[in-house]
Amino acid sequence: MARPRINTLSYDPSLCSDCGMCATVCPHGVFENGDRKVHLVRQEECMECGACSLNCAAGAIKVDSDVGCATAMMVSALLGRGQASCGCA
Amino acid sequence: MTTSKLTAGDRIVHVLARLGFRRNEWRVRPGLYRLGDAGPDSPVLASANYKLSFDALRSALEGVSAYILVLDTRGINVWCAAGRGTFGTDELVSRIAKTGLSGVVEHRTVIAPQLCATGVAAHEVRERSGFRVKFGPVRAEDIGEFLAEGKATPGMRLVNFDLLDRVVLIPVDAKVALPFVAGASALAYVAGDPIASAGIAAASAVGLAGFPVLLPWLPGDEFSVKGFALGGVVGIGAAVAALARDDGSSLPVRALSAASYAVGLPAVTAFQALNFTGSSTYTSPSGVRREIDTYVKPMAAMAAAGLLMNVASRVARARKG
Repeated sequence: MARPRINTLSYDPSLCSDCGMCATVCPHGVFENGDRKVHLVRQEECMECGACSLNCAAGAIKVDSDVGCATAMMVSALLGRGQASCGCA
Repeated sequence: MTTSKLTAGDRIVHVLARLGFRRNEWRVRPGLYRLGDAGPDSPVLASANYKLSFDALRSALEGVSAYILVLDTRGINVWCAAGRGTFGTDELVSRIAKTGLSGVVEHRTVIAPQLCATGVAAHEVRERSGFRVKFGPVRAEDIGEFLAEGKATPGMRLVNFDLLDRVVLIPVDAKVALPFVAGASALAYVAGDPIASAGIAAASAVGLAGFPVLLPWLPGDEFSVKGFALGGVVGIGAAVAALARDDGSSLPVRALSAASYAVGLPAVTAFQALNFTGSSTYTSPSGVRREIDTYVKPMAAMAAAGLLMNVASRVARARKG
């Protein structure tokens, strides 16, 4: 499937409080619960939706999140808008 | 009050919404809805005020007594609204306050759909409202098991994008593209090129309908590459038809026509494939941006080259009379 080879997800285990919220909210199983910290196990599956970083109270996760929609990006580029916006929201 | 029963009217609305008719106008009034014999100990489930979202939840709650807290997401589904922040921390906190939820139930837990987590920060909601956000399953159909077990299985947490998920998305994109496709196809027909007319229609049909169906099996990683592959089949088919067609012109002229289809038509399919990234549940903005940077110019160049070769072949035909 069309998975990006790179993305902007970064995780600093030293800040992790092991609340497990990132593993709960991720729709692609990118994080897994561990003994004392969560593990970033499937970085390449990340779609940069931002759910994990928003729900990381410890601030251990960073990701540039946006919608992965070509239509939205091309329309906003043509109209000179900063943020991509589709007809969907 | 609401029920878990869907009426024939509800189902008609679902079909219309899926077809893209008044897509953003099927709204539910935000507020707190009581289902069954819900009381102070009953669970509270948050939902979007898009009718498809609300109906998916309430129909999955057959036989369950619960409260449904409908947020004002401007008629947009959970995931898209969360991505834009309308299904977000602020709205959840304010809807909890506006509905007087803390006076209705004795516990302090709201079960929210997992896919709202791009907009809802659970720890912030707790700080600001006193309510703990428990993220429920991705799909409403799993909510019964989730409530019974008190937790989600790993499978409930993952987005699959299986065949049915993809197929239901076809009509909405097709409706947007239809005027352009029909216009271009009609123009080609009027201009006396039935192969181009049929080719544009076929390249678009496979881009809009064939692509979502075949997505996992098409070659390549990127949507554009998969689209080029799929459109290439149509382009080659049209080229073969052009070569085989005895219209009285010489072989080089027919070869020029054939080349115009083989080069131009795949670009049509690939462009539609690229746009399906917005419907998919796993493409990242980094990946999509990279695809746009890499493939949009080649697509435009191929379409332009196809058009030029087609015009050239027509001029050559006209000269020979």
